[in-house]
Amino acid sequence: MKILVALKRVADPANHNKVKIPASGDRIDTAGLEWQINPFDLYALETALRLTENGKNPKKREGEVVVLTIGPKETETNLRSALATGADRAIRIEAVDEELDGRLVAHALAKIVEEEKPDVVMMGKQVVDSETNMVGQVLAELLDWPMATFAATIQEQPDGLLVEREVDGGVAKVKVTLPAVVTVDLRIVSPTSVRSKHTEAGFKYPYEEVRFAPLPAIMQAKKKPLAIKNLSELTPDLKSTTRYVKYEAPPGRKAGIKVKDVQELVQKLATEAKVI
Amino acid sequence: MSEPMTLETLSALDTLLSEDELLVRDSVRRFVRERYLGRAGELFEQEQFPTELIPELADLGLLGAGLSGYGCAGMSAVQYGLILQELEYGDSGLRSFVSVQGSLAMYSIWAYGSEEQKQKYLPEMAKGNLIGCFGLTEPDSGSDPGSMQTRARKDGGEYVISGTKMWITNSPLAHLAVVWAKVDDGGPESIAGFIVERDASGFSTPTIHGKMSLRASVTGEIVLDEVRVPEERRLPAVRGLKGPLGCLSQARFGIAFGALGAAKSCFDSTVSYARTRVQFGVPIASKQLIQQQFAEMGSEIVKGDILSLHYGRMKDRQGGKLRPEQVSLCKRNNVRVALEVARTCRSILGGNGILLEYPAIRHMLNLESVYTYEGTHEVHTLVLGKAFTGLNAF
Repeated sequence: MKILVALKRVADPANHNKVKIPASGDRIDTAGLEWQINPFDLYALETALRLTENGKNPKKREGEVVVLTIGPKETETNLRSALATGADRAIRIEAVDEELDGRLVAHALAKIVEEEKPDVVMMGKQVVDSETNMVGQVLAELLDWPMATFAATIQEQPDGLLVEREVDGGVAKVKVTLPAVVTVDLRIVSPTSVRSKHTEAGFKYPYEEVRFAPLPAIMQAKKKPLAIKNLSELTPDLKSTTRYVKYEAPPGRKAGIKVKDVQELVQKLATEAKVI
Repeated sequence: MSEPMTLETLSALDTLLSEDELLVRDSVRRFVRERYLGRAGELFEQEQFPTELIPELADLGLLGAGLSGYGCAGMSAVQYGLILQELEYGDSGLRSFVSVQGSLAMYSIWAYGSEEQKQKYLPEMAKGNLIGCFGLTEPDSGSDPGSMQTRARKDGGEYVISGTKMWITNSPLAHLAVVWAKVDDGGPESIAGFIVERDASGFSTPTIHGKMSLRASVTGEIVLDEVRVPEERRLPAVRGLKGPLGCLSQARFGIAFGALGAAKSCFDSTVSYARTRVQFGVPIASKQLIQQQFAEMGSEIVKGDILSLHYGRMKDRQGGKLRPEQVSLCKRNNVRVALEVARTCRSILGGNGILLEYPAIRHMLNLESVYTYEGTHEVHTLVLGKAFTGLNAF
């Protein structure tokens, strides 16, 4: 199976207080931000690796995992990191962050899919910066491919993927034929959430996160191919159609109060918080 | 209150590191934070080394990481130093385990062993299937290793080794020990290294209990009672004290980087404590006395980082070689800095500073060992004194 994994770099969510908005409110000041791959996209990478291996022998890749990102040259570090984790090769689409929106990214991905012809395009269900949750869906529409979003488990079957999706009030099972677009949720990295046809029944991954990059693999990652494309060549007639009117920081959290007993708590929940 | 600047932002040392050095560091950093830090206090309290992490350390390529070939990761000196610093951010005991396996046990075989010995032991040691230890220090022979009592007597195709080694990291866990002994009735020039396997008759490794330092690392003795070792287990390529001292030079270099990891762990956690601990109506971090201590500690840590990076770059340019005096300067300075930082952080934390809930007292106690092992602070002082004056004060 050949899987294309789309990764986006985001400001480290653990350091969100470094995100600064200038008084003009016309942009986010990105100077000094620490970048990392969107956590949900890392889960997608881990999922792709699990789908293309026998869990007992993760060093042998059964198929191909291609990672892709759109952004400036610095994002190549994120791609190298993904290659060290186990992906086979990488593609970077040269672009400036500010000129992108979800629709444009989906169109660029569609162009790459035409060239690469993967069996699955995989990514996180959403990015933790803009929280747009749209690229996977728009891409599936552009390609006219089946899609499964919010995947919590994936089982490879002879004729496609059986995906369990987390929805309000339960789990929806979806069978997609290939090629398909899949976006993944948090629980996809649980020990038994992903079953490739190579992995024995009953095998459990001993971790619930994206795997660590072993040191020798980091060195080998320098030799893995990293192709560079230009956004303007892939989507010459398109521009971002999203216009940001103003950025504002959310209001700071107010200090809490101490209540003296349960009675006062219940009373305040009813009269002040109005939640009961 | 504005956001504080981290040590890394201020020192901007990342700008001097290559992409693969950063990726290596970040991978080990993530490992330590996700797999070790949450348990560090508990492991220390329970006097426990987490043996179940050994396969993970091996899978990451951390065992013998600084060696090339034989299934080792082939890291540069700088990469190796950065790895050890991340491990010691977790705990000096974790870093000691990796240092002893790689820089002492594996390095001895890698540098002085025969091709057969390297093929037999190194790949299995890199995989963590074989754990090694390094027996040089004895109960009555510490800073003066030339006075060692352990003897190897040639008897046909074998050596018969008798003696006791003390303060041996990993010895109770080890499958093999690299043991240094004087041969026949020779003096220090006769010292040779032997690979002694666990099942050898007369070989035992009693655990040393009651340590108030490096509690998350297993320390023991190596007792050799007429242990017979075949000739092919002697390390053929070195004779005399320069053998064990060559290994120690490797390990000390790593410790110079490593100790600052412990210092950074204390510093980071104490900054965050001082910003939230309110006394006299304000965070204690707003007090000049506290700020001065952070200014001093931060400056010393950054200077220590620059020192080890400088010598690390030099070691890489010079095919892995540094003058022993340069290694002494670096180890002596950085471990002293780390110990002082840990003590200062302990005091800023006040009463909370004596709890294992905060890392300072754990690192402080660990660093007492690091200050003494791998050449005591005092011995490194004498090495430097001799270097600067040309006069031997040992």
